[in-house]
Amino acid sequence: MAEIVAASVSILFHGLAFAMVLYLVSVGLSVTMGLMGFVNLAHGVFAALGGYIATSMIARLGVPFVPAVAAGVVVAMALSVPLERALYRRLYGADELDQVLLTVGLVFMSVAAGKFFWGPLAQPFHPPAVLSGQIELGWREFPTYRSFLIASGAVLVTVLWLGLERTQFGAQIRAAVDNRRMAQSVGINTSRLFTMTFALGSGLAALGGSLGAEILAIEPAYALEHLIYFLIVVSVGGLGSIKGPFFAALLLGVADTGFKYLLPEFGAFFIYALTLVVLLWRPRGLFGYA
Amino acid sequence: MTVDVATHLTAQSAMDAFARRHRFHPGEAVPWIVAVAAYFVFPDYLALGAQVLATILFGLSLDLILGYAGIVTLGHAACFGTGAYVAGLLAVHGWGEPITGLFVAALAAAFVGFVSGAVVLRTQGLTLLMLTLVVSTMLYEAANKANHITGGADGLSGMEVWPVLGFRFDLFGKTAYWYCLGALFVCWLVARCIVHSPFGRSLTGIRENERRMHAIGSPVFWRRLVIYTISSALAGVSGALISQTTAFVGLGVLSFDRSGAILIMLILGGVGRLYGAFIGVPLYMILQDRFAAVDPVYWYFWIGLILVLVVVFAPGGAFGLADRLLRARRRHR
Repeated sequence: MAEIVAASVSILFHGLAFAMVLYLVSVGLSVTMGLMGFVNLAHGVFAALGGYIATSMIARLGVPFVPAVAAGVVVAMALSVPLERALYRRLYGADELDQVLLTVGLVFMSVAAGKFFWGPLAQPFHPPAVLSGQIELGWREFPTYRSFLIASGAVLVTVLWLGLERTQFGAQIRAAVDNRRMAQSVGINTSRLFTMTFALGSGLAALGGSLGAEILAIEPAYALEHLIYFLIVVSVGGLGSIKGPFFAALLLGVADTGFKYLLPEFGAFFIYALTLVVLLWRPRGLFGYA
Repeated sequence: MTVDVATHLTAQSAMDAFARRHRFHPGEAVPWIVAVAAYFVFPDYLALGAQVLATILFGLSLDLILGYAGIVTLGHAACFGTGAYVAGLLAVHGWGEPITGLFVAALAAAFVGFVSGAVVLRTQGLTLLMLTLVVSTMLYEAANKANHITGGADGLSGMEVWPVLGFRFDLFGKTAYWYCLGALFVCWLVARCIVHSPFGRSLTGIRENERRMHAIGSPVFWRRLVIYTISSALAGVSGALISQTTAFVGLGVLSFDRSGAILIMLILGGVGRLYGAFIGVPLYMILQDRFAAVDPVYWYFWIGLILVLVVVFAPGGAFGLADRLLRARRRHR
């Protein structure tokens, strides 16, 4: 009995940490896909970029943890704006297939660029001394870094939720997701809104990529390797919301950790089966607009 | 342009226009002439050529559902891989006759397509995309797990493929090339008949305006399921061709990469034209082969760059570009 409890606690704990990473990376994708109807398969590129910058600054230049992560976020946001203006913008409302082609092209280029600049191997990740080792929480010890991941994930979810619900910017996003033409006609500058949302989503992805480098290792094929999981989070959660991907990430993170712990030989089979069931039950995702 | 057609043509001449589409156009011989010529011009590349021909069939099968019925799938490798494994398993377990192997593979893939289609085709858009993806990745994981049958990650080897119509499969890929070309030709005839039939026209109707097709009483779901099943069968034949000609089946035949790559190749050529795969697949595979030879580490970058440039300068793929050039010339006159 004690064993079962211990196993479930550690599944829940590691699942939560994984879920936070998945959520941070995917939430921007959910909002931009809901907002612009853009099939952005290259979203993971920003996560990988943030992760690369943070890990290499820490390992090679000895930059402290927080500024390194912040640098990754800033670079990803700064890069995303010209990319959105130059490439993505042309294809808003265009054929989805062209969107797929463009973003897959970007993923391919990022894979090669990652290999060129950082080599083919996964990047080592060193959390700061304060966050490494174990921490005593209640009756047992947990890895400190993952506890930190869960805590910071929870804080970010709250901040995002408050931002979307309580600020004017959030209200504009919600309005544009619900009805873009109406939002335009009441004077919301949707074009600027798209760019800002895109940059914000990319920044969040970079944050998720760098904070989560311990769980999803930063390597050249990152954006391709984990694409299916990001898409599952978005589709199960429902497009255009920030609540949906959160619960979807929780479900995916905990279920994935559980299945891989209990039935490792089946790989991700049950995760896909679970996705199938959920999507057949709620075709627009758990919190999608019906 | 469609408005012109609707206003200027009477019912009779519209019927004539459809009948004309069904008749063979001389331009349609071009891919076959090129394929036969390639055999003599590039005798050293026949193995690659056979792969290209088999993959064109895969692209053609995808075009039937994507281009004509508007079903966007990221899991077409499910049917391709089923065909590949079924043909492979037959040859391993003592039935190496290739042509019957193709038929059995087609049946198995059609079965997978019918059962999965019956479930996933009830949805649309991103959900449909995800469901097709999930079905194929589940098959992938299942094939990986069932390594006593499929060989798992090591792949299925030990296939003994018998001669086809008396010709042995040789090391240079001569037999393989003709075999794939013949199979592609037959399947192309089938696909061509389908898209020009009333059934095929109704699929285009569903793609263009599903509600209206519902309103005029078309059984939309069943039409979609039927074409999905047919397309799956053709994809299965394509998978079987690849496994028979290479005498090996790896897990990759079921992978997400495979589904994604064929989608890219088809978009590159042009969707919904029946010939998009004939341009996109050779283009992509030859570029990939060349880039990988020149720059084995970073060839991904160049392929990616080309995809981006195509979207920016030639949306709609090769056929989209040709269309625009033709239209520009007509306006010029």
